[in-house]
Parts: sequence; structure tokens; C-alpha cells
Amino acid sequence: MSALLEISGLDAFYGDFQALFGIDFHVGEGECVALVGANGAGKTTFLRCLTGLLLVPGQDMTFDGHPIAGLPPHMIARAGIAMSPEGRRLFPSLSVEENLLLGANVGRAGDWTLRSVKALFPVLEEKAGTPSTLLSGGQQQMVAIGRALMANPRLLLLDEVSLGLAPVIVRSIFAALPLIRAGGTSVILVEQDISQAVAMSDRLYCLQEGHVSLTGPSTELNRERISAAYFGRMTEDA
Amino acid sequence: MEWLNAILQGVLLGGLYALFAAGLSLMFGVMRFVNLAHGDFIVAAAFAALLLVDLTGMPPLATLAVIVPAMALAGYIGQRVMLNRLTGGDLLPSILVTFGLSVILQNLLLEGFSADSRRLSAGWLDTAAVQIGGGLSVGAVPLLLFLTAIGVLGLLSWVFGRTGTGRLLRATSDDPEIVGLMGADKKHLYGIAMAMAAAVVGLAGVLLAIKTNFDPASGPIRLLFAFEAVIIGGLGSLWGTLAGGILLGVAQGVGAQIDPGLQILAGHLVFLAILILKPQGLLPRQRS
Repeated sequence: MSALLEISGLDAFYGDFQALFGIDFHVGEGECVALVGANGAGKTTFLRCLTGLLLVPGQDMTFDGHPIAGLPPHMIARAGIAMSPEGRRLFPSLSVEENLLLGANVGRAGDWTLRSVKALFPVLEEKAGTPSTLLSGGQQQMVAIGRALMANPRLLLLDEVSLGLAPVIVRSIFAALPLIRAGGTSVILVEQDISQAVAMSDRLYCLQEGHVSLTGPSTELNRERISAAYFGRMTEDA
Repeated sequence: MEWLNAILQGVLLGGLYALFAAGLSLMFGVMRFVNLAHGDFIVAAAFAALLLVDLTGMPPLATLAVIVPAMALAGYIGQRVMLNRLTGGDLLPSILVTFGLSVILQNLLLEGFSADSRRLSAGWLDTAAVQIGGGLSVGAVPLLLFLTAIGVLGLLSWVFGRTGTGRLLRATSDDPEIVGLMGADKKHLYGIAMAMAAAVVGLAGVLLAIKTNFDPASGPIRLLFAFEAVIIGGLGSLWGTLAGGILLGVAQGVGAQIDPGLQILAGHLVFLAILILKPQGLLPRQRS
């Protein structure tokens, strides 16, 4: 697998507060990488750096061989990185279909169209004209993922997809992931639920207080090691 | 009958206020940008029309073909070069800067055109009236203004509701950060919103010049009426702006019918009453 996204030594700051410390990270073409960690470990910050929502000019961050550090969000989106953000962040004054159409504004051609997204999440067909605020949490999450897919990204970022959703809903959403990956799209999956993350991914990174505390192929990492890296203290003892 | 007439004239006047308010509402609705120089920009457009007629002898209404595109272009450039630096965060910088712009603009106009009260004559149109039966008649200019206001608001709601650009502008109003993830350049979108608002300002300025007297210091009172129309109608709601303009116009018309000195005060009193009784405005934007 050639590296689609390559990041080395990434530092990120909010003012004087340093949120990420020398993160090395890569995603191969077609790979699904999970990123786990406790609240405040820096997962969402990492995705904000990747999408340009938090500008990190001058840092070593390349996508498909081109440097993307310091580019504004719309340029990174056009390069082929799309995100379903934490908390969904749908546009409340737009209908479901209008939210999806905005995703296509990125202007990248590909297999994902209004039709194929609705085929992936059939409930969006019947809710097309509904204001996005009137949907259930699970349906809103489907819109957020669909909106990101409409950009036909090469790399899809899924931030806390399962947050606040019932397990049965989470399963039905994750059932779409193999179909999304079948088109060759790489995925970064940010999750608090470790077992879900391990099950869905090829490789896993664990963040702890802004550092990568563990990384490796998902199948080779046992639950104890991940838990240790997740919560910290125990690794220092080991 | 006199009362009916006062109400009717008030409704038509409301069209002008709605035009004043539409640009303000658009800027606030999309960008959370408060423009205290709004009235002065309208007056500046009125003087620009006057200058154009003096220089070229073109018919007053024809200046719209020059002023409106020129204002739109200036709006876009001004937003990209200067105003984008203060848009999208705190309200205070935009208030301070546009307050300064307002003072500068008034003084430049004073230097250039003197403090004399001016008016643009549209010839026969000035005195033309339309009989609408029952002994009531309405002036052609107020009627034209009212219909223009409805046309402009209709066009704006079509753009916002049915076009891709409008969808992006509504999304920007909802969540400017996430719009960037949709591949849209926020600075460009703000430029477009400002261009649209400035085009409406140009239109309002030319029509103001034909409808009534104006001088370099008459901007702030236009701003006040525009603000009142926006607040009465509900922040960020286009048709609410028309309702607000009409209510303000009718209040002023009825006030003037009671006592000419009450005209402006009656408008302010209705504005205050709405603030107390329905602070979110007549047609608040739906948000859940």
C-alpha cells in the first residue's frame, strides 16, 4: 500500500496550549485506520488539523504527495479529504437533500451521487425534504456521512459516529462502512468505543494527552494493551 | 377616508423602508455583520446618481443600470480587501469600523456636495398618480418603490431558496466553519453576500433620490428606519423585513395624520412596543 496521507512530527496549538505533540501518522490507499483515545486526548484536534479547520502552516503533512499543511479548508476538501464532523454539524436551515447537495459543492466527480447516497441510506430518500433538525440522531449521522461522501473523497474522516446513538443504530451505520470502502475510499475512524474501532479497522492509533501512545495492526493489538494506552498510567508502570 | 389614505401611504412608504432594510438584513443574516454606515452608503448612492445625471444628462431611472452594478462590484471588493478582516467573529469590530466609515462618508459627501438638500427629478413621473377608486390615489413614485421592494425581496428569496449560491449562503449563516469543508471559500461567499447587499443599497439610493430630499447628513436616520424595520420584522427574515417596513410606514403615516409632529415618534413607539411584546419580531427565522 502506498501512503495516501503522510504526517510526521505534527504539533498543534490552541493559543499557548499545546494539544498535539509530534504526531507521526499515515494512511495507505484504501486503508481504514482507527484513532482511539479518551476525551481530550486530541483526536478531534488532529482531524481539525487534517481538514484545515485548525491551521498548522509549515508542518510536515502531505496528501497524495502534495503538502497540505496551512491550506484553508476548502482547498483541502477539493484535494479529496471529507469529514463527518463530531456532533454532525448539519446545516439547520437546510433540508436533508440540500445538506447532501452542499457536499457535492466540492466539485469532485465520482460514484457518489444523490442517488447512490440514498441507496446507501434509504431513509434519506423518504426524509429528503425534511429540515435536518427534525431527524433522529442516527438519521442525522447518516446525513453527515452522506454529505461527506457527496464530495467523492479519497479520504473520509468519521469523527465519533457512534456518539449518543443506540447500539442497534450504530451497527446499522457501520454496516455501510464496507460499502464505502469498496469504492477504494480510505477512512480514518475516530471512536471512543474500542471494540467497534478494532472490529472496523485495519490499523489503529491510540492517542493519549496529545501523544501517540500505541499503534499497530488492529488484529495484533489485544484489549489490555489498548486499554493501557488509552488510559495512560499503566503504560508508565510497564 | 383620510385615515385610509394615511394607512395606504404608510404601506407604500414601508416599501422604501423595506428596501433600506433588505441590505442590512442580508449582511446581518449571512455574515452577522452590523453595518452602521448603511444609511450613508444609501445616501452616497443617491449622490452618485445625482452626479451621473448632472454629468451625462441621462434619465434618473437609467442611472440604475450604472449604480447597481458599480455598487455590487465595490461591495465585493470592499468585502475581500477590508471587511473580511472583521467578519465572522465578534460583532464589535464591524460596529466600530462601520461607525468610522459612516463619519468619513458623511464628511466626504459634505466636502463634495455641500450641505444643501438635494433631489433628483424624474420629470413627469414625480407628479403622476394612479387612481385606485373610492377617491384614493397613489403617487407613481411611491407605487414604483413599493413594487420594486416586493420585486427585490422576491428575487432575494428566490436566490436564497432555489439556487446553489443561495444554499451556500444559508449554510454559511448556519455554520461558517463547516461550509469550508464543503469546498466553498468563505471569503468569496462573504464577498458575494456583500455584493448582493450593496446592489440593493444602490437601488435604494437611486430611488431615495427620486422619492425625497436628501443631504450628506441624512444617512443615520435612514439607518435607524432600516434597523427598526429589520427588528420589527425579525432578524434575518426577508419577508419579515417587508412586514417591518410596512408596519413602520403605517405607524408614521397614522402618526402624521394625528399630528404632523408625531410622524417619526409614532414609528419609534411602535418599534418599542414590538420590542416589548414580541422581541423576536413578527416573522422570526425558524430555528430549532
